[in-house]
Amino acid sequence: MRTVRVIPCLDVDEGRVKKGVQFLDLVDAGDPVELALRYDSEGADEVVFLDITASSERRSIMVDVVARAADMLFIPLTVGGGIRTLEDAKGILRAGADKVTVNTAGISRPVLISEIAGELGSQCVVVAVDARRSPWGWEVYTHGGRNPTGMDVLEWVDRAVELGAGELLVTSMDKDGTKEGFDLELTSEITSRVDIPVIASGGVGSLEHFAQGALEGGADGLLAASVFHRKEISIGEVKAYLSARGITVRPA
Amino acid sequence: MIAVVDYGIGNLRSAEKALVKVGGDARLVANPQDILTAQGVVLPGVGAFGGCARALEASGLRDAVLKVIEAGTPFLGICVGYQLLYENSEEDSGIEGLGILSGRVKKLAGDVKLPQMQWNELRRVPGKESAMLDGIGASPWVYFVHSYAPDPVPHLDNVVAVCDYGEEVAAAIEKDNVWATQFHPEKSGAFGLAVLSRFVERCRA
Repeated sequence: MRTVRVIPCLDVDEGRVKKGVQFLDLVDAGDPVELALRYDSEGADEVVFLDITASSERRSIMVDVVARAADMLFIPLTVGGGIRTLEDAKGILRAGADKVTVNTAGISRPVLISEIAGELGSQCVVVAVDARRSPWGWEVYTHGGRNPTGMDVLEWVDRAVELGAGELLVTSMDKDGTKEGFDLELTSEITSRVDIPVIASGGVGSLEHFAQGALEGGADGLLAASVFHRKEISIGEVKAYLSARGITVRPA
Repeated sequence: MIAVVDYGIGNLRSAEKALVKVGGDARLVANPQDILTAQGVVLPGVGAFGGCARALEASGLRDAVLKVIEAGTPFLGICVGYQLLYENSEEDSGIEGLGILSGRVKKLAGDVKLPQMQWNELRRVPGKESAMLDGIGASPWVYFVHSYAPDPVPHLDNVVAVCDYGEEVAAAIEKDNVWATQFHPEKSGAFGLAVLSRFVERCRA
């Protein structure tokens, strides 16, 4: 039985959540751990922390955030952003994360994916792919979607699987922030060609968008940020809706 | 004290913290004496069967783990720590498990994505009592991350719960003092914490 996961994503900058979080009843709405616990209590299946800290010296803050989360959060935690080396990945996993996402560094040095998979297992390596439509398909972007690489997304995901990725996190840069829904064509192209779980990301604005991601996109995980942070949609609502559409979810 | 066996693999902190959360005096332990004197022993495991089996051997803790299991100390194996209880695994042929339980670990069959990296619903095996699972009120959804599992369920003794993933998967076993789960109780929210709480109570008894 395939169960679809609903995954809130928190952008964390120097240990603080930055994107318009509107949980006024939280003691500290900027604390990623407190927000993660809130999402856990609402039925989130997993939480993603994405470290967007610009300064590399300040990135060690994330290890402390993860360690605090590990004291209190008892659902899977995935952490990405700034993972450059095997040692970075180990530090985050030792602090209590279950998976790390590798993006830019995996492109400049693909063997990093194999190194982490070889040492710690494929199950903890999520390869994050930022994709943008181009005249010839979808192009891989790095550095938070700023830099084009000239690489074809579909070729890159095949390679990532060969290198030992255990999961893919696919973000459509075209759809991200638009609230028009996932790029379903991109998602289904990828889910139909790889045998590992795929998380769709970018563009969710309605309950139906979540259902489309699972039904038309074939995604195993549905990731969203702003609709949850702004309290436009609750995780419980998503799960009830998916369930009503015949998609198996863990009840909230 | 509950010893969480620290044999140099992945994320052990989660298991330790979850046991602490439910009132257990859990500690990561890396020397045999602390395992032998513990009131309960937890063997986690992530990654590959062979890697974990070799790491356990290299850590010098394998004999201590075998001894406490034989001595009747409450024991909990998690994920690959569960698989290691069997004789061997298709994942890494030629590497021996602990051989506490008879059977072999095999790749999940059926038309499914591997790993199973998702929540799934536990189904109890009819007629099997379980000190670990009986009467837990929370919804029995638990988190799995695995591509392999012990032999097809009908050939196994001691299975108390299964899940469906392409085939029936042996999700939890109990044999005397040995409890083990293919799922991750430390990552399974309220239900998982309730399972760990049962284990902590048992260690106190």
